[in-house]
Amino acid sequence: MELLTRPWPWYVAGPIIGLTVPLVYLYAGRKWGISSTFRDVCAATLPSGIEYFQYSWRRLGAWRLVMALGLIVGGLVAGLTRTTDVAISTSTRDDLAALGITDFSGLVPAELFSWTSLGTLPGLILIVGGGFLVGFGTRYANGCTSGHAISGLSSLRLVSLVAVLGFFAGGLIATHVLLPLILGGAG
Amino acid sequence: MAISNPGDAGATGGPRARADTVAAPRDSGTAEAREPMGTLPERLWPYALLGIALGIVFTRAEVVSWFRIQEMFRFQSFHMYGIIGSAIAVGAAGVALIKRLEARSLTRRPIELPTERFQPPGYQYWIGGTAFGLGWGLLGACPGPIYVLFGNGVTVMAVAFLSAVAGVWTYGAIRHRLPHS
Repeated sequence: MELLTRPWPWYVAGPIIGLTVPLVYLYAGRKWGISSTFRDVCAATLPSGIEYFQYSWRRLGAWRLVMALGLIVGGLVAGLTRTTDVAISTSTRDDLAALGITDFSGLVPAELFSWTSLGTLPGLILIVGGGFLVGFGTRYANGCTSGHAISGLSSLRLVSLVAVLGFFAGGLIATHVLLPLILGGAG
Repeated sequence: MAISNPGDAGATGGPRARADTVAAPRDSGTAEAREPMGTLPERLWPYALLGIALGIVFTRAEVVSWFRIQEMFRFQSFHMYGIIGSAIAVGAAGVALIKRLEARSLTRRPIELPTERFQPPGYQYWIGGTAFGLGWGLLGACPGPIYVLFGNGVTVMAVAFLSAVAGVWTYGAIRHRLPHS
């Protein structure tokens, strides 16, 4: 049992995640990706004259919306049986402590990602600003970490490589430039 | 504009909607309509199971953790690189096998393998990718983990989800004015 509740190493998790790509292809030929669920939600709930959202989201998106619901349930199951703190390196811990983060007990820092933090400027920028950019960027680049990094690079696509380089460029800027500004401003 | 554009019928309008109505009586709302002849019904429960399995893996491997994403962007651990790298290696091997064996899907649908492997990457991949990366670095979660974290009890991720949907909607609304290629 302990094997199931403690954190899994990369060489167990990575191959399982990678297997998803051929499995989803082999079931019904679909290209695995998650971010398109946001577009499906737009198409399903926001009536508008926008061409981009006029497609049959049931036919093209039902499978991934169901998968997304499964992700929530899987997270719930795993969360109930999680026993340890996230095992990040001490250098990361030190860096984040220097930015003012003190609570390392959750999957995310509670002082930045909670309903109360939403009322603070750093929390608002990280949750709402970060979420908006994730949604906007994923559609502009036509894919996210699953669609481009895993599915796309599995098919050796050049455009996916460029998108993934962009993901990292953006992530490095956010981590090393924006985050110190955002969290320092709160201090 | 879109509605009156006959050239775009495949992505919008009439023929599809009509086919939906015709096929509706013989399926149970899972949109099996208009599939090529000879396919078997695509069920949704395998995707639910897949989602649950991935939700557990994402949590156990801590890829949903903002701390892990920070660690990755600070190059302070191999963990995330190992996960992404080995996932790509296994995925690529699987895709290569599918091509080599000309495998057919279980439900006999065509396999949507991307064909334009060396299409020159336009602005959309550079700019869109970087925008996504900025969000990934701040939020510490890409789309999958947003769902998984919500399940894990980080319920404020519902706000991140709505923000992401707003971001997608904004893209859809202004995309004709953005540089793509």
